[in-house]
Formats: sequence, structure tokens, C-alpha cells
Amino acid sequence: MGELKLMKGNEAIAEAAIRAGVDAYFGYPITPQSEVIEYLALQKPHETTGMVVLQAESELASINMIYGAAGAGKKVMTSSSGPGISLMMEGLSYIAGAELPCVVVNVVRGGPGLGTIQPAQSDYFQATKGGGHGDYSMIVLAPASVQEMSDFVPLGFDLAFKYRNPVFILSDGLIGQMMEKVELFDFVPRWTEQEIIEKNPWATTGKTPGRERNIITSLYLDPGIQEKHNEKLQAKYRKMKKEEVRFEKIQCDDAEYLIVAYGSSARIAQKSILLAREKGIKVGLFRPITLFPFPFNEIKKMANQVKGILSLELSAGQMVEDIKMAVNEKIKVEHFGRMGGIIHSPAEALEALEQKIIGE
Amino acid sequence: MTEEIIIAGFGGQGVLSMGKILAYSGIMQNQEVSWMPSYGPEMRGGTANVTVILSDERISSPILTEYDTAIILNQQSMDKFESSVKPGGTLIYDGNGISSPPERKDINIYRIDAADEASKMGLTKIFNMIVLGGYLKVKPLVDLKNVILGLKKSLPDRYHHMIPDNEKAIMRGLEIVEPVHILN
Amino acid sequence: MKDELYTDIVKEENLVYKKTSLMTDNILSYCPGCGHGTAHRIIMEIIDEFGIQKDTIGIAPVGCSVLAYDFMNIDMQQAAHGRAPAVATGIKRTWPKKIVFTYQGDGDLAAIGTAETIHTCNRGENFLIVFINNGIYGMTGGQMAPTTLPGMKSSTCPYGRDVDMMGHPLKIAELVALLPGTHLVSRQAVHTPAAVRKTKNIIKKAFEYQLKAKTGTCFVEIVSNCNSGWKMTPVQANKWMEENMFPYFPLGDIKIEGKLVQ
Repeated sequence: MGELKLMKGNEAIAEAAIRAGVDAYFGYPITPQSEVIEYLALQKPHETTGMVVLQAESELASINMIYGAAGAGKKVMTSSSGPGISLMMEGLSYIAGAELPCVVVNVVRGGPGLGTIQPAQSDYFQATKGGGHGDYSMIVLAPASVQEMSDFVPLGFDLAFKYRNPVFILSDGLIGQMMEKVELFDFVPRWTEQEIIEKNPWATTGKTPGRERNIITSLYLDPGIQEKHNEKLQAKYRKMKKEEVRFEKIQCDDAEYLIVAYGSSARIAQKSILLAREKGIKVGLFRPITLFPFPFNEIKKMANQVKGILSLELSAGQMVEDIKMAVNEKIKVEHFGRMGGIIHSPAEALEALEQKIIGE
Repeated sequence: MTEEIIIAGFGGQGVLSMGKILAYSGIMQNQEVSWMPSYGPEMRGGTANVTVILSDERISSPILTEYDTAIILNQQSMDKFESSVKPGGTLIYDGNGISSPPERKDINIYRIDAADEASKMGLTKIFNMIVLGGYLKVKPLVDLKNVILGLKKSLPDRYHHMIPDNEKAIMRGLEIVEPVHILN
Repeated sequence: MKDELYTDIVKEENLVYKKTSLMTDNILSYCPGCGHGTAHRIIMEIIDEFGIQKDTIGIAPVGCSVLAYDFMNIDMQQAAHGRAPAVATGIKRTWPKKIVFTYQGDGDLAAIGTAETIHTCNRGENFLIVFINNGIYGMTGGQMAPTTLPGMKSSTCPYGRDVDMMGHPLKIAELVALLPGTHLVSRQAVHTPAAVRKTKNIIKKAFEYQLKAKTGTCFVEIVSNCNSGWKMTPVQANKWMEENMFPYFPLGDIKIEGKLVQ
């Protein structure tokens, strides 16, 4: 068993980065995730694993530092929250276009604009439907516990390098700020320079006589070549949809009704289904772990079993559109969620289920 | 066993660290734990509260609207949280600064004059540990030895010399907590 | 007779100039008379002379030189508009022994990327920034740049740059020279053989610093022309540059080995 610690979600992300053999973290402070860079600054990992930690002048700069280092084959990550993530969208589009592996964490706060520093899940569209310009997708992982904040860092890098694609961890202020028990995984050594060159033959590590020069770019001025590049990206995304769907089902076997929720809302819904069952209502919880690729087929299957679905999100209703697409009007699908940093209570969510789905 | 606790008071009273020590004590006896603070600008000097859950099972929602136990350290928190104690639950409060004491008849109420005691002991910084001692007397859900281990885990090394004082404060809290209203 | 003369000339021992193999055989996409080609060649010659092709990573910007990687036979990354110094920071911080340089135009470096430029120089990032200043946005068709001269016409200041309304041309080299993080700041040109030699010497020095130790940021501005954007012939453009650009952007070293040149 690994070392047990009581940690904030944000601290767990930072500790996991050190342990996962990450080469560099570039970031800019913003509430509610500043503990990530603060923790890293305090730990001084450059003295132990050799990991670089640098506070950039902006999120624009930090995401482009990620671009540069990722393009040179290094394992690099950054984190931010809503307003900062919006600034990173340009860079993420370039990173996806140039097919660079990296991990980006969004500890979501309420918006739009400067919004609030309290938790929200209103960046779902931005994370799963693009956000930046052009046809691109990122694998989006949604942790629902501090343990998953830690575990999704190495998982994120595995997926990022498997697909040469950015991986996005969509957390929120609740998971970022709360403390839970974490079992820390063992240290993984950073790749040596030789390993980087062998594992990432595409990276700009310096042109040696044996190979053509490596170019990291997202620019293809010839429309025919650009379309081919787009087709290559789309094929990659199709492979993700086939192989990387992750989800969790809680008390779904006998469920007559279903709550679909991810991240912090899934935690709240877990309590709601307990309260429901105390009242004799058989409710299950379906928790998407990957928001891209979204578990369309599994939710479609559930629609053959349950009488209605409530999508519980800390937003005006974003994921609910994907659920509706999966269910295709077979059963009733409704959304419930508080906004602006207010967190729905388990009882409130159950009440919404009773009113909107179960009915009179 | 699941124990859902809210600890609420002023920022600077050690509300968050008391919750952290309690959560760490839970880990020391192999429990699942969660610690969810209110955060933001209001932390800087205003009211602060933290929800702590100790459980033998996987914890669902870290945010709650009713609690098994409320530990209340100022009047604002009393106004806000007295009504959210579950019927049959427990409320512990420090009498210092409380102008309207709790009036509910369907819960157990205890009073601990920890602020006064801390200044008598000349150790105002360990006020929160006296309160924790009071809680442990009323709800002996975690072993004292695990609390000491939790204390060591959650305090940075440079504060470890203060552990004996903290221990003394916890012991004092065990002694001075007083029942106000007990359910039959 | 003619053929014999030709074969005689191309004999190895008679060669006085040879294109470095670090320039690819791709046809340059720059307009005839443009300074980019010369600036590219100088940098590639230096990398060739130091034998550091295997250790060098270049960053191409957005602008006319966006396709610099088509011509420079080294590993390169293309950066988002203005972000080249951040991209270079990411590379250099994680590969401190590699030799890194950015190649940027005036819109890229002195407008949209000003923050990255200033903060990179302020942190003293240990790489070279090559800044091509031709006072106009060439690639997008001749719009106003941060370095467009007062009164100078462009498609977005068709009546001439009115400094009261549009601000003054930005002297970014003088600005970054004031930051303690810069080690070498120089402004040069590539329009005559003598200017090319001077520019090559100073860029060579910048590479030397980076090869030797961590000294700080080296910043070399090349005041160049844009005959198509300026709507002139190449000869007219060079003359106009000497008469108008050089007085506002005077050539010479501004900071050497961390000390301002008086």
C-alpha cells in the first residue's frame, strides 16, 4: 500500500506531478487552484526529481511554454481556472493541431467573465466541444475525489503520449479545495534524454545526421494537405471514442430512475440516491469519468432500463445535451443544477428528481 | 459508522486546522475522511467553517445541509448552524461571545468555555485543541492515540515542539466540557 | 569553351562561396530584395560553423517567416503569434543544454507578443531572440506595425501614421536593454555586405554566449526592408530604409555583456 496522506485536491495534483516523473510545470496563479503551483514551489522538486517549476507572466505564456517543452518531447503540465483556461484556448488549439502530448487541469469556478471563485461545472462545453478554434478534441477526465485528482495525472500522461494529444482534467473548486485521504503512488523516474528521443522520435530534440529535421507545426497552407491532417486527427478521435470511454455505475442494477453526474455533482448525487432509497425510490447513479469520449452507448443502454434520467450539473445544463443525444427521446431527460458557485444539496437534487422525472 | 460534523467560528480560531487534525485522526484508524472548507475572501478574518466527515464507508457528498455534530464558536455560526443539527444530534459551543444560547430541545447540547480556559492556561493558540478535547469526550469516535498521531501528521515539523501543549489542551477539554441539555 | 569555363569555376578549390547545407533547397517564399533570406542564411551558417545542428532548436513566428522551418534544416517549432519567447522558454528550461533561438517579426514580437518579449528578457532566459523589424505587416498585406514610422503609410494608416492617434513607433531593443536579464542587445541590418558581416559577427557572439554558459537573453534586432509592403523597388526600399528607418532605429550595439553601451 502506498503512503496515506490527507490532502487537498489541488495538492494531490501537484504531488502526483512530481511522482509521475513530470519534467515541468508552467502556470499562473488563479483561485481556486493556486495551491498547485504553491505546493510545487514549496516542494522544490528541481532538487529531487529535477522537475522544473516556473510561474509564467500569464496563462498565454504558460500554455505556450507547455507547447515548446511538449514539442521537445518532455512531460509537461499546467493548471488554471475558467478565466485563465479561456486565455489558454489559443495555445490548446495549437497543441491539438500540432499533436502534442500534455496535461492541462481546469479547477472550474463559476462564470461567465470573472464570475465567482466558488465551484462550478459550467466549463463542460469549453472542455468537451472544442473551446479553441478548429476541429479538435481533447480527452477530458473528470475526477470526483482527491484520490482521482492524484491518479488521473499519470493516467493523463499515458493517454496524452499514447495519442499525442492534450489531455484535460476537468475538476472544480470543490474537488480542488477539499481534503481527503489519498494513497500516493510510488515515484516514477523522469525519462532520460535518451528515452525521450527513443519514445518520441517526432520531437524537436535536435536534428541528428540519421534523420530528417523534426518540425512542430499546425500550419498546412495547402487545403488538401490540411484536410488530410484533419482526417488524421478525426481518426485519432474515433479511436479514443472506441477505446477510452470510462465511467462508473453505482446502484444501477435495480434502478428505475437514474441520475447522471460527474465530478463534484456525482459526489452529491451519491448521497441523493441514498436518501431516495431510504424513501423507497430505486435510483442509480451513472458517473461519466471521461467526458470526452462521452459514454453515449452505455447511457443509451440504461435508457432501456430506467424510466427517466436527471442530469445533475453545477451549470445551466451542458452535459444534459449529450445525455439527450444518447437517449434520443426514448425516455424523459431533465437537467437540474445550481449556478454561480452555489452547490446543490443532496436533498435538493432528490427533490428535483421527484418533481422533474418521477412526477405526481 | 458515519459522523458528519460542521465546525464554525471566526477565521483565526483554528477552525480549519482542528478539522484537519480530526480528519487525520480518522485516517490513522483506517477510516475514510473528507474535509471541505468554506473558502474565499471571507476566510480572511470573517467567519470560517469546515465540514468534516469520518466514515467506515466510501464518503458520498462532502457538502451537507444537516450534521450529526455542530461545533460552534461564535454567534454568527450559532445563528447559521443551530437549525442544521439532525434531530437527536449534538451541538457543542464555546460560551464566550454567545449572546443567544441554543434553545433546541431535540438535540444534545454541550458547552465548553475553551477561550477562557486557554487564556487561563496562558496558551491562547491551542484554544481549538481544548474544543477538540471537549468533542472527543462527547463523541469518543476516534482514539486519543490516533488524535495525537493525526496531530503529528498535520502539524509541520517546525511546530512539533508544541505537541505536548496541544496534548495538554485536549486533556483539559475532556475535563471541562459540560452538558447543558441532554436527551433521555 | 563556355562549358569548360563553368566546370573550371565549380571546382571545389575555386569556390569562394557555398550555400550552407543547413539551408534547404526549397525555394524561398520571400519577395526578391527582402532581408529575410540573408538573415536566415547568416544564422544557418553560424550553426554550421559551430557544428551544433544536432543541438539547436529554432522557433518560427507568425508572419512572413512563419515557414522559416521550410528553409532552415534544423529541428524547429512554429509558435502562435507573439508566443515564440514562451515556446522557447519551455524548450530551454527543460533542455538547458540545447541551443535555442526565436526568429520573430515586429508585429509578432513588439505588438501581440510584447508581454512575452519583456518577461522573457526580464527572466534572462538563456537564448537568442532575432528580431526582424521592417516597420510593416508584410504577410497580411502591409498593415501598420508597432514600428511603423510617424507619417509612414500602410493599409491601416493610409494617410500616414498619426502618432497622436496611433501611438509612437516602439523602440523595443532600447526597452529590453534596460532589463537586467538581457546580456547582449544590438541593432543591425543586412542590406550591404558590410552590414551582413557585422550582423553575423554579433549573432555569432550570441551563440557563443549560449554555448559557454548561462548569461541571459541575447536580443539582436535586424532593421530590414519590405519593398512590396512599402510599395517600392528593392533598391528604392534599401535607400528609403537608410534615410528613414536608420535615423529612428539607429544601428549599433546597445548592450554588451550586460553593460549598456554609452
